[in-house]
Amino acid sequence: MASGVKPRVKVPKSAAAGEAITIKTLISHKMESGQRKDDDGNVIPRSIINRFTAEFNGENVIDVTLEPAISTNPYFQFEAIVPESGEFKFTWYDDDGSVYDTSKKIKVQ
Amino acid sequence: MTNTLWTTLALIGLGTAVGAQDSNSLSIEGESIVTEVAAPAHMENVDTIYSGWRFRSAETQALEMDDFDNPAFVFVEQGMDLWDKVDGAAGKACSSCHENIEDFAGLRTQLPRVDDGELVTMENLINECRTDRMEAEPWKWSKGKMTAMTGLIGVQSRGMPMNVAIDGDAAPFWEKGKELYYTRVGQLDMACSNCHEDNYGMMIRADHLSQGQINGFPTYRLKNAKLNSIHGRFKGCMKNIRATPFKEGGDEFKALELYLASRGQGLSVETPSVRN
Repeated sequence: MASGVKPRVKVPKSAAAGEAITIKTLISHKMESGQRKDDDGNVIPRSIINRFTAEFNGENVIDVTLEPAISTNPYFQFEAIVPESGEFKFTWYDDDGSVYDTSKKIKVQ
Repeated sequence: MTNTLWTTLALIGLGTAVGAQDSNSLSIEGESIVTEVAAPAHMENVDTIYSGWRFRSAETQALEMDDFDNPAFVFVEQGMDLWDKVDGAAGKACSSCHENIEDFAGLRTQLPRVDDGELVTMENLINECRTDRMEAEPWKWSKGKMTAMTGLIGVQSRGMPMNVAIDGDAAPFWEKGKELYYTRVGQLDMACSNCHEDNYGMMIRADHLSQGQINGFPTYRLKNAKLNSIHGRFKGCMKNIRATPFKEGGDEFKALELYLASRGQGLSVETPSVRN
C-alpha cells in the first residue's frame, strides 16, 4: 500500500436548495507513473489512484478514470447541485486494491 | 503627441495598480498578514522589508490564501499524525507531554534563540525531544518528517510578527550571521546581499528576486512539490553561486538563520507559505 495517503475534501456546510456548490478534493498520493526507473535501471512499478467517485445520498455525482500522467496529490474541483440535505461520499481506488473514502454532510436551508 | 503619450502611460500605470498583478494585501482564511513593514533599525541599506509572497505571481499568491488550496497542508496534516504517533524506547508521542499543539503559538516568532549558550532552532528542539525524552532516532534536518513537524508547529504562530532576540547572549551569533550574509563566496564570488539586498525586485533570469525573508518557512515550493527547510533553501542558494554549502544544522547556517530572522522583524509568520 502506498504510504501517507490521506484524503482531504472541502464541502460547504450549508447551501440553498438547488444551488450549485463548489467541491474541492485532494488526496495525497505519490502517483508513480510506471515509466520511471530507479538508480539501478529497474522500472519502478506503477502505483496510482485509478478511479475517483463522488456520490450524494447514494446517487452518483462524478466518476473519474485517472491515468498515469496525472501528477502527484491529484486535486479535483467540481460543482454539484444539492436538492436536499444529505451526505457526500468520496471514494478513491488505488492500483493496489486499497480504497480510501471520506464523507461530508451538507444541510439545505 | 507628447501629451497623448503621457496620458496613455498614466492609464497603463493605473491599470496595473487596479489589475493588481502582484497583489499587495494578503489575508489567509480571514486573518490579515503583514507583508510589508519598516525595516528594523539594524538594517542600514534597506528602508522597507517585504515578505517573499509579494514577489510571486498572482497564481502562486492565490495558493497561499486558502488552506485547502495550499498544498503544504497535506504535509501539515501528516505532521498531525506524527504528533500523535508513539515512537522510541520511552513509548511516548509528542502529544504524551504536550497537551495542545496550539500551545506552541508564538514559538516560531522567537526562533532561533540561545539556550544555555547555544543557538537552537526549531529542528534542534524537536530532535532534543526525540532523543532525550522519547528515546527515538533524531530526524534528518530537511527530510519529510522534520519539515512536516516544523510546519505543524510553525503554523500555530501564523499571523504573529517575527520577533527574535539579537542582543545579550544572541549578539555574537547574530554578528557571525551578519558577517556570513555579507561575505562573498563561491566561484561566482557572491554574498547573500548581492541578490537579496542590492537587487531585490529585479529579475534573475526568469525569477523575481525577493529579499530572502524566512518568515514563511518551511515553505512549499512548486518546483519540488514538498516542504523545504530554511537550511535546505540556504544550501540551494549556495549551490547556485557555485559555493560549497555549509552543513544543514551547522553553526554557520544557524547563525545565518538568526540574522535573516532579524531582518524580517515585524513581518507576520506565514508558515507554511507557497513559493515557486
